[in-house]
Amino acid sequence: MSDQTTPTAPDAEPNIPHPTDEAAISQAVEAALAAIEAAGDLNELKEARLAHTGEKSPLSLANRQIGKLDKSEKAVAGKLVGGARGRVNKALAARTVVLEEAEAARILVEETVDVTAAPRRRRAGARHPLSVLQDRVSDIFVGMGWEIAEGPEVESEWFNFDALNFKPDHPAREMQDTFFIEPADAHLVLRTHTSPVQVRSMLEREVPVYVLCPGRTFRTDELDATHTPVFHQFEGLAVDKGLTMADLRGTLEHFARQMFGAEAQIRLRPAYFPFTEPSAELDIWHPGAKGGPRWIEWGGCGMINPNVLRAAGIDPEEYSGFAFGMGIERTLMFRNDVPDMHDMIEGDVRFSQHFGMEI
Amino acid sequence: MRIPLSWLREYTQLPADASAEDLMADLVKVGLEEEDVHRPSDELSGPIVVGQVLSLVKEEASNGKTINWCQVRVVPEGAEQTLTGKGIDPTGVQGIVCGAHNFVEGDKVVVTLPGAVLPGDFKISPRKTYGHTSAGMIASSRELGIGDDHDGIIVLSRLGLDPELGTDVFELFGLDDQAAEINVTPDRGYCFSIRGVAREYGLATGTDYTDPASKVQVTDAAEAGHPVVLDDQAPIYGVAGCTRFVTREVAGIDPTRPTPRWMASRLQLAGMRSISLPVDISNYVMLELGAPLHFYDADKLTGAITVRRAAAGEKLTTLDEKDRELSPEDLLITDESGAIGIAGVMGGASTEVSDATSRVLIEAAHFDAVSIARSRRRHKLPSEASKRFERGVDPRIMQIAAQRAVDLLVELAGGTETAKVTDAGAVPEAAQILLPAGFASALIGVDYSDAQIISALEGIGAQVSQDAAGFTVTAPSWRPDLAIKEDLVEEVARVIGYDQIPATLPVAPPGRGLSRSQSQRRRVLQGLADVGMTEVLSYPFVSQAQNNTFGAAQAGTPVKAITLANPISKEFRFLRTSLLPGLLDTARRNHGRGFRDLALYEGGLVFLPGEQLGSSVLPPLGAKPSDEVLAELFAGVPNQPWQIAGVFTGHEAPAAAGFAPRAWDWADALDAARTVADLLGTQLEIAQGSHQAFHPGRAAALKLDGQIVGYAGELHPALLKDADLPARTVAFELNAAAVMDAAPAVVVAGHLSTQPLATQDVALVVDREVVAGDVLAALREGAGELLEDVALFDVYEGKGIEDGKKSLAFGLRFRATDRTLTADEASEARAAAVAVAAAKFGAVQR
Repeated sequence: MSDQTTPTAPDAEPNIPHPTDEAAISQAVEAALAAIEAAGDLNELKEARLAHTGEKSPLSLANRQIGKLDKSEKAVAGKLVGGARGRVNKALAARTVVLEEAEAARILVEETVDVTAAPRRRRAGARHPLSVLQDRVSDIFVGMGWEIAEGPEVESEWFNFDALNFKPDHPAREMQDTFFIEPADAHLVLRTHTSPVQVRSMLEREVPVYVLCPGRTFRTDELDATHTPVFHQFEGLAVDKGLTMADLRGTLEHFARQMFGAEAQIRLRPAYFPFTEPSAELDIWHPGAKGGPRWIEWGGCGMINPNVLRAAGIDPEEYSGFAFGMGIERTLMFRNDVPDMHDMIEGDVRFSQHFGMEI
Repeated sequence: MRIPLSWLREYTQLPADASAEDLMADLVKVGLEEEDVHRPSDELSGPIVVGQVLSLVKEEASNGKTINWCQVRVVPEGAEQTLTGKGIDPTGVQGIVCGAHNFVEGDKVVVTLPGAVLPGDFKISPRKTYGHTSAGMIASSRELGIGDDHDGIIVLSRLGLDPELGTDVFELFGLDDQAAEINVTPDRGYCFSIRGVAREYGLATGTDYTDPASKVQVTDAAEAGHPVVLDDQAPIYGVAGCTRFVTREVAGIDPTRPTPRWMASRLQLAGMRSISLPVDISNYVMLELGAPLHFYDADKLTGAITVRRAAAGEKLTTLDEKDRELSPEDLLITDESGAIGIAGVMGGASTEVSDATSRVLIEAAHFDAVSIARSRRRHKLPSEASKRFERGVDPRIMQIAAQRAVDLLVELAGGTETAKVTDAGAVPEAAQILLPAGFASALIGVDYSDAQIISALEGIGAQVSQDAAGFTVTAPSWRPDLAIKEDLVEEVARVIGYDQIPATLPVAPPGRGLSRSQSQRRRVLQGLADVGMTEVLSYPFVSQAQNNTFGAAQAGTPVKAITLANPISKEFRFLRTSLLPGLLDTARRNHGRGFRDLALYEGGLVFLPGEQLGSSVLPPLGAKPSDEVLAELFAGVPNQPWQIAGVFTGHEAPAAAGFAPRAWDWADALDAARTVADLLGTQLEIAQGSHQAFHPGRAAALKLDGQIVGYAGELHPALLKDADLPARTVAFELNAAAVMDAAPAVVVAGHLSTQPLATQDVALVVDREVVAGDVLAALREGAGELLEDVALFDVYEGKGIEDGKKSLAFGLRFRATDRTLTADEASEARAAAVAVAAAKFGAVQR
């Protein structure tokens, strides 16, 4: 502050600093800055702004006085008051930013939720593991250039048995525990295996034929921990020139590795099926089996019996082929350690939901 | 088939210390699958010895029972008791309380001493009972787990045994033996015998074995035996029911003699009960040689035996005392009195061997597998004999098996061999099979040498001769399954070992991937899971009532369904015509387990029989039927379309802290059905529907091109109550196959306009009965091609709207492809839309 001069404005009011009174202006600025600094939130800042920059504020009033001054004083006063108001406005702006940020931060804090209390809303649903496994098996064979073939579940007895070389009174026919459809002379059954699709496939397609037939099958077993009257199989069929049992083994080995990893091992054991000759049981080595590592029976396979090829009009002297079949339930049971068949067929939502993508 | 190891060891090099598990591990290589192990000693342990009852005092107990207080010597007179342990008397005499009364002082018996453990983990220890300390038990065969004799304790003299006191009963009774149980496939009937398994064991291990048949010396027929006539007037498939019938006669047997323990023990381990000496001998020979025999009391036979088919109305009382009506297809053994047995299945009561029998006529015959199988099925008489005949018995074993029975009857039953032999019929000439050179290697993918092939085939008992063309093979008489060259290849491959087959991966021709319908089904199944539903797979067995409710829209129309002849449950003997019964059962099961918020779906076949069900033609095997016959077969297979259905109950989002619940409702069912259509790239038309399973006011008919392809909405409240499911459970079912077919094969991508959107709202007042969907369709029709979309956003009834009317508010979206629409253009299009709604439904703009 320099020299103390008394303002001489004609209608000066006591609390209006004279626009050239450097000390008074400076005091007003200090008061404004103090008020701005003291404002704790945007409301207080608004009050400070009204008090110190509003129409009735000393600086505004002083500013209004400038017009009444002499021309010589106007410039000094203008510079003095303008500078003062600039300082106040700048402080206001700066404080506004600070307080707005504080306000935003406060709101964010206030909006905090307890994320652990979040509800589940639209959950992802789930496919049935048997259905997913069926797709997965299909994909492996599609990847090898095979086709997927399907057929009806209520099937002609001829396709289910005779075409597959089951002689009418052979014990093998009874071992299938067939559901027969009324009346008996309609010769219809619930298919006992997916093998009738083999014959249909051969009738529908030109050789060479490489098809996988997944689907639902039926046998008159009561439901218990390891049996179900309704189950799923997949069956493979390849008919081509010069196919051998080594090709069968190679195909099964490749498939087993896709399903169970590169270390998977398979074993073929002599067996009997009317539709294959030679026939084999297919075992897979299960290192994680309950009660220690062991071979687990996985399915049946063999070289297609020439009578089956003939039933489909294929000359067995020209073509040979192999076939194999496995149970999907059984595969899921030992692959995923399902303890009880009931879990697979009862439709308990927990069973499907915990599998996710892992099939 | 259960194989007692001691028996097999008689004919093979099976090591003395081999276990049943070891044996099975060898047999599995040649295709005899392991099933089980039977080892009495697994359940029986400790000191079990021969004792003699020195004294027996009958005492009346307070409960009214009479017990015997016995002193039993368990070491030889004068010898010392070497066993020690709690309750074992050093004097060698045990005090034992026994409740059985079938023995007297001086009898030799089986004593289980303290420390022994019997089947059922029954531990023997001295215990106070009836005022005495009973230190051990006098055992019955039942308690030892070796029989089900209810007649009391074992008296060794009645078994023809007189062992020294203290003899170990394990050895005496063969309880240290064990049996391996193997699964015999239907083509390998010969393995239902020690003879067959011995051969297979030799093949599996490369060791020598003896054919049990070779040890039997058949006596030359000096006299004509019992007259036998084979007279089959109605062979099945042209095959005579009986091709060979051998009889032998043994006189003067004592059928009441006990079966020796070694034989009883082997029979028991093989899974057969010891019944009487003659029956046991016939079973023993069957198990050893694979030939089922039948013994007649020769004095009860009346004249010549004739093997023939039954006459209509003929009857027979079989051994099990049942009167049986015979079928003209049954092959019978008859004498001049009439039927005396169903061939190969069960004998008749009138000629049965009894305790009074002295002269036995042995039958060793060969019967046709099919004939036996049919009789066995018809009379529900599965037996060890029929099991073997159905799988093929060696037609050359008859004389040998009969001789073996003769020998045993002479040796064990005190009989006298007679020279009377009948051998009716003949062994058919064995067919020769040509195995072309190189064929086995070509089919298996292993380079077999000629020597390997010959050795393998001779190993199974075949005769092989070789020339340039290949091998001419005569199959052994016990292998009727060997008929074609592929059969021989299997024998070669299995004898040399399936483990010799390498792995080669054949290359399929370039593939086509999944078919269109396969991809569509996957899309639908995955898509519904993606929107939060859970897939289930339910059984297709339903009741008539379920089919009647869900299989037809209108009540009172019985639904035609496929019926199972042999269902698991009689009530649920029909195949489903709708997926909903199974889904509702599954929903209820989950609900019962406490899972109340459910969105379930299933894709699967339903079964819709048409006019033609099945076909009476059944073409023969091994040949392609004519095109006409194939067409007939295909036509008989009923329509089985793939459907998709879903059920929702409870909430999509249950109440949660701070959030309101949202219950599934009828609109969700419609939405799921429409999702299916979306997933397939098509749209369903929605109309008010009427289906007896649904709420009459809350059902939608789902249509394609005006045809109903499904229903969706809230299930009928009465149905839900009956089904014990929550009110407001909603469902949909869709003939997915029809929707899949309707989906466009190729979608033509349209131009996506980036011009600005012009929106116009309109409220229309219509009669309350008019449905929004119809008004919406009218608006769509009238609005012209500028309309991009129209949606209902409000329905209002009440103040300001006349009674019986309602206001529907629609939002219309307009967009041009080439310009910004003016407000006038949009309004004009809206007016045109309203005009159609007004014309069709009297809609008035509010």
